[in-house]
Amino acid sequence: MKLKQLESLLGDLEQFSNPKVELEQYPTGPHIASRILFTAHNSFGDVNGKVVADFGCGCGTLGAAAALMGAEQVIAVDIDSDSLKIASHNAEDLELDINFLQCDVKNLGWRGHIVDTIVMNPPFGTRQKGADMEFLHMALKISSQAVYSLHKTSTRDHVKRAALRDFGAINAEVLCELRYNIPQMYSFHKKREMDIAVDLWRFVPKVIEDMQ
Amino acid sequence: MRLLTHNMLSSNIKGVTNGFPLGIEVEKVIEKQVDFNPDFLRNMFAKVEWKALVDAARTMGYAELPEEADLSMLESDDFLKRFHHALLELHLEEGALVCPETGRKFPVNKGIPNMLLLEDEV
Ligand SMILES: C[S@@+](CC[C@H](N)C(=O)[O-])C[C@H]1O[C@@H](n2cnc3c(N)ncnc32)[C@H](O)[C@@H]1O
Repeated sequence: MKLKQLESLLGDLEQFSNPKVELEQYPTGPHIASRILFTAHNSFGDVNGKVVADFGCGCGTLGAAAALMGAEQVIAVDIDSDSLKIASHNAEDLELDINFLQCDVKNLGWRGHIVDTIVMNPPFGTRQKGADMEFLHMALKISSQAVYSLHKTSTRDHVKRAALRDFGAINAEVLCELRYNIPQMYSFHKKREMDIAVDLWRFVPKVIEDMQ
Repeated sequence: MRLLTHNMLSSNIKGVTNGFPLGIEVEKVIEKQVDFNPDFLRNMFAKVEWKALVDAARTMGYAELPEEADLSMLESDDFLKRFHHALLELHLEEGALVCPETGRKFPVNKGIPNMLLLEDEV
């Protein structure tokens, strides 16, 4: 799949119609989403033939992108049933076979290391304090190969320290800095849209074999 | 819900020490065909809890998996096809997952398990 083609397919996906402020529901645009999965596939081999999970999948853009890039199985998780409904319509429209799960990522009960790679655009923690770090912590426990995640550039040092020191990542690298455009969906955004600096990270988890 | 997902979900209710594997209550099972990929299956074999898969498949009406399996079986196409079918093609469309310690049911509707906990379960 070509990058342009991926971006255009993602651009057709339906997005949140009534975003819920407290869940920080804003989509990853097709431009950024396509580049995340394209990089994960082309530069690192983290997608094709893998089991990929999308944490906080919303309308399923990142999970769909993973499936389009050749993930063998995709598991998309969100706390919100309205998002999951839209995400499963989107998957149907693209004829993608995606596994959905309704769960709070913060207290996900999980066994083993079946998931290779996790892609996510977690809540930045502006409404639920620390949500981004809880997502990252869980992702580093569950995946066996790599975690791709977006975090505000202003938190870069903190993210790096927490990942390496507290969550046992063996590598944490900023792949690029992006301008992330959050459209004005919420009344507390004073300007018409907010453009914030966001880092795309790739983390490598330390895998501790659990006893079977 | 595929049994692949079932094989990695566990009950996370406060106080539960071993929430795996979840029991399965079947209302409706469907089958969806998936491309057969032997390399993927060989890789999955090492990560799957075999007994949980065998029991779950049997509950869903598929009893063709051997009770015990070892690496030598990965040479056999016949074995891989059964493994493939159980892991990827069977879906719990309607029913519930059941916490093995408390009996709490997590509903599965339209193939999507709802693992959300109530406030006093967190
Ligand atoms: C910033 S949006 C990203 C949506 C989507 N992944 C995308 O890239 O377009 C964050 C998503 O996380 C979900 N979410 C928020 N808190 C959650 C939690 N505790 N557990 C699971 N999902 C959560 C929201 O419902 C929302 O869909």
